Amino acid sequence: MSKIAFFVLAFLSIFSAMMVVFSRKPVHSVLSLIFCFFTIAGHYILLNAQFLAAVHVIVYAGAIMVLFLFVIMLLNLNAESEPHKTSAGKIAAVVSGGLLLLVLVSVLKSTDGLHLSSAPDSQVGMVKNLGMVLYDKYMLPFEVSALLFLTAMIGATMIGKKELD
Amino acid sequence: METADLIFKIVFVLGVFGVSLVIAMYSTYAERKVAAFFQDRIGPNRAGPFGLLQPLADGVKMFMKEEIIPTHADKALFILGPSIAMLTACMTSVVIPWGSSLIINGKEFVMQITDVNIGILYVFGVVSIGVYGIMIGGWASNNKFSLLGALRASSQMISYELAMGMSIIALVMMTGTLSIREIVESQPGAHWNVFVQPLGFLLFLICAFAETNRTPFDLPECETELVGGYHTEYSSMKLGFYLFAEYINMFISSAIIVCLYFGGYNFPFLNSLGLSHNATAILGTVLMFGKIFFFIFFFMWVRWTIPRFRYDQLMRLGWKILIPLAVLNIVITAVVLLFKYDLWNTSIN
Repeated sequence: MSKIAFFVLAFLSIFSAMMVVFSRKPVHSVLSLIFCFFTIAGHYILLNAQFLAAVHVIVYAGAIMVLFLFVIMLLNLNAESEPHKTSAGKIAAVVSGGLLLLVLVSVLKSTDGLHLSSAPDSQVGMVKNLGMVLYDKYMLPFEVSALLFLTAMIGATMIGKKELD
Repeated sequence: METADLIFKIVFVLGVFGVSLVIAMYSTYAERKVAAFFQDRIGPNRAGPFGLLQPLADGVKMFMKEEIIPTHADKALFILGPSIAMLTACMTSVVIPWGSSLIINGKEFVMQITDVNIGILYVFGVVSIGVYGIMIGGWASNNKFSLLGALRASSQMISYELAMGMSIIALVMMTGTLSIREIVESQPGAHWNVFVQPLGFLLFLICAFAETNRTPFDLPECETELVGGYHTEYSSMKLGFYLFAEYINMFISSAIIVCLYFGGYNFPFLNSLGLSHNATAILGTVLMFGKIFFFIFFFMWVRWTIPRFRYDQLMRLGWKILIPLAVLNIVITAVVLLFKYDLWNTSIN
């Protein structure tokens, strides 16, 4: 049952990820990306990480992608107004993409196989256990990342603020 | 899952779906009657006795109207918009506990479609997707008024989602759970959360108005400035979906307010009446619906009493008043919980 669900979800996430790249209209790309995030949330649920799935949907699909869509809708991109890219740019894109692929493949090669436990503990992703781990075992990294967010927030406010003179 | 469980679930799912549609349908009628009462008119009274068949007549009218898709619209997204609005409106009712439990043939059936242990987060997830219905519809119409309405809707919903989430945090800190059923069960009798979280309730209520795009927060469809806002180009049942989704959202947010702050299916002295388990459960559900109807009426009451905000007032209220108040509420709750933990514990139990 969960195996079928996994394959359906995996197919949908790869398909929607490809649609992000291949669709002609920018808004369709963004919507495919949102759909891709949903399928990834589905994968989290299959791994018993309900909390992570909900937060993933709220943060990525619900907030960040809304801003993406916002910007792209306002830019009103379409095929006619799109600037034509020079062939030098295209070649550079192909080369850098190829290099990234090379790095990814070499990293995958160097790992000695993925050891996935087929049946993760059903309680592992519950809010309670997650909180216990975060506030106990990984207290320092957790607090440091919270500080990082605070810094980012202050930075964004500073940049967004109008110059006062 | 056993067959009995499965049958009960299927019947219950269909029941919840049907009930929310019927309530949304009659909310449109109630809204017009309430508006008429507030404006000293009679309201719809032609279709059937007291105009009770008016929603059916409206529905038929909606279906019969000509379906127009603008030539410059993105056709697929134009259809997707209202579908998402309707889908997300119907999805939230899954985690709401509509009653305690029924015992049929010695077997206990919980009156809830599913008790997810992150119920509140699920609700927030669905609410945060809800904005796409309006955004996609508004953009796909290829009309500047629609686009402006969509932008207003999305910035408004994102802003008020923050304050809403933070008002819930204080509640979650008190009850120690994200499951809506457990939150309801933590307020037996008249120990409703509204008495210990009055500020949180007020914040949540205001944000619920903003999330459902109801007056005074109905700027996305502000007819005096934007023709019809995001649904300017919509006609026929697609427009009907948008309007209908708003009424379903109103019903569901009332249900969530009742569950979180007004004890859900709990009522004082309900368990001391000496009724059987099933009768108590059904009476609890009836009382819960009574509370829900009060809040639906409250939504309408506010709509026909208060004029809408200006856009800058809306943003100032959201970011400069509600969010700081929500943070203050969290801090106060945390301090009280820290110092009076034992006392608190005995008072809510």
